[in-house]
Amino acid sequence: MELAQVWFVLVGVLFTGYFVLEGFDFGVGMLFPVLGRTDKRRRVLLNTIGPVWDGNEVWLLTAGGALFAAFPDWYATMFSGFYLPLLLVLIALIVRVVAIEWRGKIDDARWRSRCDAAIMVGSWVPAVLWGVAFANLVRGVAINGDRQVTSNLFDMLNPYALVGGVTTALVFALHGAVFIALKTSGEVRDDAVLLAQRLALPAVGIAGAFVVWTQFEYGKAWTWLAVAAAAGALIGVATLTRAGREGWAFVLTTVAVISTVVLLFGSLYPNLMPSTTDAAYNLTIQNSSSSDYTLKVMTWAAAFMTPVVVMYQAWTYWVFRKRISTDHIPPSIGLAPERTQ
Amino acid sequence: MDALDISRWQFGITTVYHFIFVPLTIGLAPLIAVMQTVWVVTGNDQWYRLTKFFGKLFLINFALGVATGIVQEFQFGMNWSEYSRFVGDVFGAPLALEGLVAFFLESTFLGLWIFGWGRLPKLVHLATIWLVAIGVNASAYFIIAANSFMQHPVGARFNPETGRAELTSIWELLTNNTALAAFPHAVAGAFLTAGTFVAGVAGWWMVRGLKHEDGDGARMFRPVARLAMGVIIVSGAALVYTGDVQGKLMFEQQPMKMASAESLCHSATDPDFSVLTVGTHNNCDSVVHLIEVPGVLSFLAKGQFTGVDLKGVVDLQEEYVEKYGPGDYRPNLFVTYWAFRMMITLAAGSALLALAGLWVTRGGRVPHQRWFGWLSLAAIPTPFLANSAGWVFTEMGRQPWVVAPNPTGVDQIRLTVSQGVSDHPASTVVISLVVFTLVYAGLALVWFNLIRRYVVAGPLEHDTHPHAHDDDDSDAPKQLSFAY
Repeated sequence: MELAQVWFVLVGVLFTGYFVLEGFDFGVGMLFPVLGRTDKRRRVLLNTIGPVWDGNEVWLLTAGGALFAAFPDWYATMFSGFYLPLLLVLIALIVRVVAIEWRGKIDDARWRSRCDAAIMVGSWVPAVLWGVAFANLVRGVAINGDRQVTSNLFDMLNPYALVGGVTTALVFALHGAVFIALKTSGEVRDDAVLLAQRLALPAVGIAGAFVVWTQFEYGKAWTWLAVAAAAGALIGVATLTRAGREGWAFVLTTVAVISTVVLLFGSLYPNLMPSTTDAAYNLTIQNSSSSDYTLKVMTWAAAFMTPVVVMYQAWTYWVFRKRISTDHIPPSIGLAPERTQ
Repeated sequence: MDALDISRWQFGITTVYHFIFVPLTIGLAPLIAVMQTVWVVTGNDQWYRLTKFFGKLFLINFALGVATGIVQEFQFGMNWSEYSRFVGDVFGAPLALEGLVAFFLESTFLGLWIFGWGRLPKLVHLATIWLVAIGVNASAYFIIAANSFMQHPVGARFNPETGRAELTSIWELLTNNTALAAFPHAVAGAFLTAGTFVAGVAGWWMVRGLKHEDGDGARMFRPVARLAMGVIIVSGAALVYTGDVQGKLMFEQQPMKMASAESLCHSATDPDFSVLTVGTHNNCDSVVHLIEVPGVLSFLAKGQFTGVDLKGVVDLQEEYVEKYGPGDYRPNLFVTYWAFRMMITLAAGSALLALAGLWVTRGGRVPHQRWFGWLSLAAIPTPFLANSAGWVFTEMGRQPWVVAPNPTGVDQIRLTVSQGVSDHPASTVVISLVVFTLVYAGLALVWFNLIRRYVVAGPLEHDTHPHAHDDDDSDAPKQLSFAY
C-alpha cells in the first residue's frame, strides 16, 4: 500500500475518533433541554463528559493538522470552499468550550441559563453541519481548474446533504442518550434510557435512508458491509436499550458512527474531493498528497504517538468510569452574582 | 479594502487575541505544578490553597486559550489557501505533530487534574499537572518551529513540477536556528507574564490582606510572591539574552526587518542606535532621528562596537527589486519601529515589580505599603502588551512576505502575502472578520471580569483543606470533589 493511501486511512481514523468521541459530547449538549430539567440534572449531564470532552475535541484539531500535512490541497480547497459552514462550526465550538468551563464560575441562574444555551447551540450546530459538510464532500462540489470551490452555500444545502445533516444530528443525539444512560444512575438514567428508545426508531429510519442513498449513489461493492453494520447496529440499539444493556448499546452506537464514517470515506476513495464540474478537476489521493518524505515522517510520528494517546485517553475513561447521579453533584461553589443595580 | 487586507487584519486580530491568553497558560502551568509540588513535599496546606487559587485562574484562562486556538488551526485553509498549498508539505508536519504530541497531552491530563482531586493518588495527580505543563510548552515549540519556517525557510526544496515547497529534512526544520532562538524567547516571555501575574496578584493581596484580615491571608502570599519575583528576574535575563541572539540572527537573515525596526534608511558603517525617531509619512524621506546612541546598533547586529556595515531600507529595497522583481518590499516602518520599542520598554513593568517586591518583602517582611499594592496591579498588563508588541514586530516585520526568502537557502521558496491569500470576495471575509472580532471582544470582557472577580475573592473557604483520597470504587453516592 502506498503511503498516500495509508494517510487517507489515517485521516479517516482521526475523523472517526473525533465523531465517536465528540459525537456523545454533542449528544449530551443537544439533550440539555430534554434531559436536564433542573440545574442539578444539567450538571449531571455535563459532568458525564466533564473530564474528557477537551481531549475528545483534540481529535478534530489533529485531524485538521493531519489533513494539512498529508493532503495540503485537500485542506486548502475544502476549508476555503466550505467557508461559511466552517465559520459557523468554529463559532459554535468556541462558545461551547467557554460555556462548559465557565458555567459553574458564577452562582447565578441567569449566568447558567446563558451558558446552557451556548452549550446547546454549540452542540447542535456542529452536529448538523458536520453531516452537511461530509455529505457534500462525498457528493462533490463544483471545483474549477484552479482547485477552487465555486459552489455557494445554497448549492451545499441540497437534499442529500440535508439528510446527512439530520442523520448526524440524530445519531449523535442517540449516541449521547445511550452514553448518558451508561454514565448515570437514578432518574437521569431512567429518562435517558427512555429517550434512547424513542430516538432509536427515527435514527434507524433517517440514518438508514442516508446510508442506503450514499451506497446506491456513491458506494462500492465492499461498502455494503459498512451499510449493513450501520443499519444492524442502529436496530440493535433499539432492542438493547429496552433490555437495559447500556454498555452494549453504547458499543453499537459507536459501531454505527464508525461504519458511517467508513462508508463515507470508502465512497470517496480514491477521490478526496470529487468535482461536479469535470472529473479532471477531482482532487485525488494521487494528485493532492504531500511528498513521500513528509508522509514517511508523519507515518513514523503517527505510529508512535497514536497508540500512546489512545492508551492514556482510555485510562482517563477508566479513572472516571463511575456512574454519577444528582446525589453526587456538590453544591455550586461559584461566586455570587455581582449586582450593579 | 480588498480580501487581502481584510484577511491580514483577521489573522492579526485572531492571533494577537489568542496570544493574550497563551503566554499566561504556558507560564502558569509550570508555576502551579511547582506550587502543588511544594504542597505534596512539605504537606503545608497553605500551598494547597495557593494551588487551588491560582489553579482556578489558570482554568478560566485556559478555556479561552483553547477556544481561540481552534480557529487558528483552520484559518490557514480558510483564508490563506494558496499559502497552504505552497508550504503544506512542510508547514503541515509541525502542526500535525503539535496535535499528536502536545494538544492531546495537555487536554487529556488537564481533565485528569481538574477532576482528579481526591480521586487519583496524590503523586499521580501531581504528575498530571506536570504533564500539562510539558504539553503546553511542547505545543509552543512545534508552532514556533512552523512559524520560523515562514521567517527563515530551511529543510525544504522547491519542486518545479508541482510548484511548491517540499520537506527534505524534518530535523533541519525542527532545529532551525530561528526556531531555536524564538522558542526560548517566547517561553521566557510566557514565564515573565505568568511570574508578573502571580507576583502582581500576590503582591496586591499581601497589601490588601493586612488591612482586611488578621494577616494570615497576607502572609500566605509572601513565599509565592517571592517565587514569582525570582521567576521574573530569571526569565527577564533569559529574554534579554535570547532577544539578543534573535536580533543578531535577524540582522543576518531578515535585514529588512531589523533595518525598519531601527528606522535605518540608508546603509552605513556603524550607524547610531535610534532611541527616538519621528516620521510623518511612514517613509524614509520624512524620518528624523531625534536621539541616538553610537555603537549600540553595531553591537546588537554583530556583537562588536565598530566596523559593522549595516544595510538601510532604501538600499535593501533596491536590492530586492533587482533580485525578486518590481514590488514594495518594505514593511510598515511606523509599526515595526514602535512595536520593537514597546516590546523592550514594557518589560520594565515586570522588572520594577520584581525589584520593588523583593525589597519590600526582605527579611520576612509582609508589605503594607499602598503604593506597592498599586504597583502590583499596574504591572500585570505590561508583559501581555510586551508579548503582543513582540509578535506584531516579528510578523509585520516580514511584510510583504508570508514566506520570507532565506538568503542562504533555496531562493524559490518565497511567497508574498498577496500570493498566499485565498480567492474570496471581500464580503465573505468581512463576515468572518466581524463575527470573530465581536465574539472575541465579548468573551474577552467576560474573561476579564471572571479573572478580576476570582482574584478579588481570594482563596476560598471550601479550598482550605485538601480532599481525602477516595479509593472507594462503589457507586454509593458520595459527592464529587469537583463538578462543572
